[in-house]
Amino acid sequence: MYRGRLWTMRQFAGFATAEESNQRYKFLLSQGQTGLSVAFDMPTIMGYDSDHPRAYGEVGRVGVAIDSLQDMETLFKDIPLDKVSTSMTTNAPAAVIWAMYIVAAEKQGVPAYKLTGTIQNDILKEYIAQKSWIFPPEPSLRLITDIFAYARDYVPKWNTISISGYHIRETGATALQELAFTLADGFAYVEAGIKAGLNVDDFAPRLSFFFNAHNDFFEEIAKYRAARRIWARHMKEKYGAQKEESLLMRFHTQTAGCSLTAQQPENNIIRTAYQAMAAVLGGTQSLHTNSMDEVLALPTEKAVQIALRTQQILAYETGVVNTIDPLAGSYFVEALTNQMEEGAEEYFQKIEEHGGVLAAINQNFFQKEIADAAYRYQKEIETKTRIIVGVNEFQVQENIEIDLLKIDPEIERSQVQRVKELRASRDNLLVNNTLAALKESALGTDNLMPKIIDAVKAYATVGEIIGTLKEVFGEYREQSVF
Amino acid sequence: MVQGKIRVLVGKPGLDGHDRGAKVIARALRDGGMEVVYSGLHQTPEQIVETAIQEDVDVIGLSILSGSHMTVFPRVKELLKAQNAEDIIVIGGGTLPEEDIKELIEGGYATALFTPGTPTDDIIQWIKDRIIQ
Repeated sequence: MYRGRLWTMRQFAGFATAEESNQRYKFLLSQGQTGLSVAFDMPTIMGYDSDHPRAYGEVGRVGVAIDSLQDMETLFKDIPLDKVSTSMTTNAPAAVIWAMYIVAAEKQGVPAYKLTGTIQNDILKEYIAQKSWIFPPEPSLRLITDIFAYARDYVPKWNTISISGYHIRETGATALQELAFTLADGFAYVEAGIKAGLNVDDFAPRLSFFFNAHNDFFEEIAKYRAARRIWARHMKEKYGAQKEESLLMRFHTQTAGCSLTAQQPENNIIRTAYQAMAAVLGGTQSLHTNSMDEVLALPTEKAVQIALRTQQILAYETGVVNTIDPLAGSYFVEALTNQMEEGAEEYFQKIEEHGGVLAAINQNFFQKEIADAAYRYQKEIETKTRIIVGVNEFQVQENIEIDLLKIDPEIERSQVQRVKELRASRDNLLVNNTLAALKESALGTDNLMPKIIDAVKAYATVGEIIGTLKEVFGEYREQSVF
Repeated sequence: MVQGKIRVLVGKPGLDGHDRGAKVIARALRDGGMEVVYSGLHQTPEQIVETAIQEDVDVIGLSILSGSHMTVFPRVKELLKAQNAEDIIVIGGGTLPEEDIKELIEGGYATALFTPGTPTDDIIQWIKDRIIQ
């Protein structure tokens, strides 16, 4: 398959302000990267504007701050959105961020039907692992199926969801748990779409996946192979999909951030290279390779360049791209694949016994399984039954000399200033009217996307739109277990 | 000298949901014989300090991976001072660059900071040494 087309080399990036991230994207594109991947800051992810008290100290820290359409226009200034595909890591506020992207493109003269990219939009793994939720599960699923339906009609080339095992793994899950929980989430979305009255073949081809690539080389490859088999079988036999594309599992992979070490950070380049190779031998459609310094801070340009070069060496020098599924037929990989598949089916059974994915979340089933696995992993390191080079063996006394990217606190002040100025200069009557219309739709059953797009066009902020929906939907609270 | 079990609040300030480390530490401290309260996610410094006082803890351990440590630690210290609860020891862990650690320790905003890769036994021992003197 890579003989026809290589995987997309997509490095996750975004920090500070839209203007600075825009510069980083242009740098990455100039270095031969083929797709963009946007990281948002925590206030944006949680639906707060930069001037909200809860945003204090977090603006532009772990990603770019987006408050309104104005920031989105700056983020993609001079980047042709009909030529570049964009992945956006946004979940709880995905509908709002996606609406901003659609409108920003329209303002560039690019119609929605030409847009390609992905929104992560996977709320179930937020309750399970990453914990960046806003609304309770039911209305969250409604927003997701509204996106499925809107994309089918207006943005047909867009990947409406990236069903993610990555974060489940990073939270401490085993490879098998990552596989089983992610696919269980995938099936829950299929069921939600069908329940919302959609034909499975109308939305299933746009579902995509996102997996981790961790240290155990063959286990990871077996995981990807098992994932494809399970998805195709269930889609056909259980959900009655007719279209070939509905059976295809397309996935992005990111090397395991949690496998990186703060000790001897240059070694992370080697870890990442092996993990990237596992992902490629496992047939990934798209790949992010971590930078060696990410365990310490946001990556510097130099570190990001090495990470991208790692993929390019793999693609252009090693020859691994010349054969599809090159480990097929290996007794070891085939046996591991079968084990993974059987283990996942056992987990599906357990989840069913809990009453399905939502019920299992409410009973802390996933959260407990993952916390147990994370604790086990930590204990294995401490008892040296698991060796991590530079951490519990082969340590050195060192002064870590890596340049770290610093975020200037001035950025928060200027972003706060910008959103305040926006509120003072826009047509506030129009903003209020569009938000009132959105609220009315949220109380009923209409597709919410058109109303969100109207509010975005009026320059309503992320915080205002999410705030309006909170009035109707309420907020999620978790009972944590450890 | 503290009577009975050492009481620790593991606090997760900020908007991010990276609670793997916080939960592993909470469990390790519990297995190490301490009474552990976990704040849960998305806590403000105000909420954390309020919980610490209500639960009468000896130690607050903050887990921060969002880059907001330079604002959170000073704020927690300030609130503890305002409540006359400066006897509560503040420690922390997470993605903390070396020079920030230096600044936080030297400024008195944290008594000890632990970076990724620290064995949980070291943290348990540190707390015990510090409290049972």
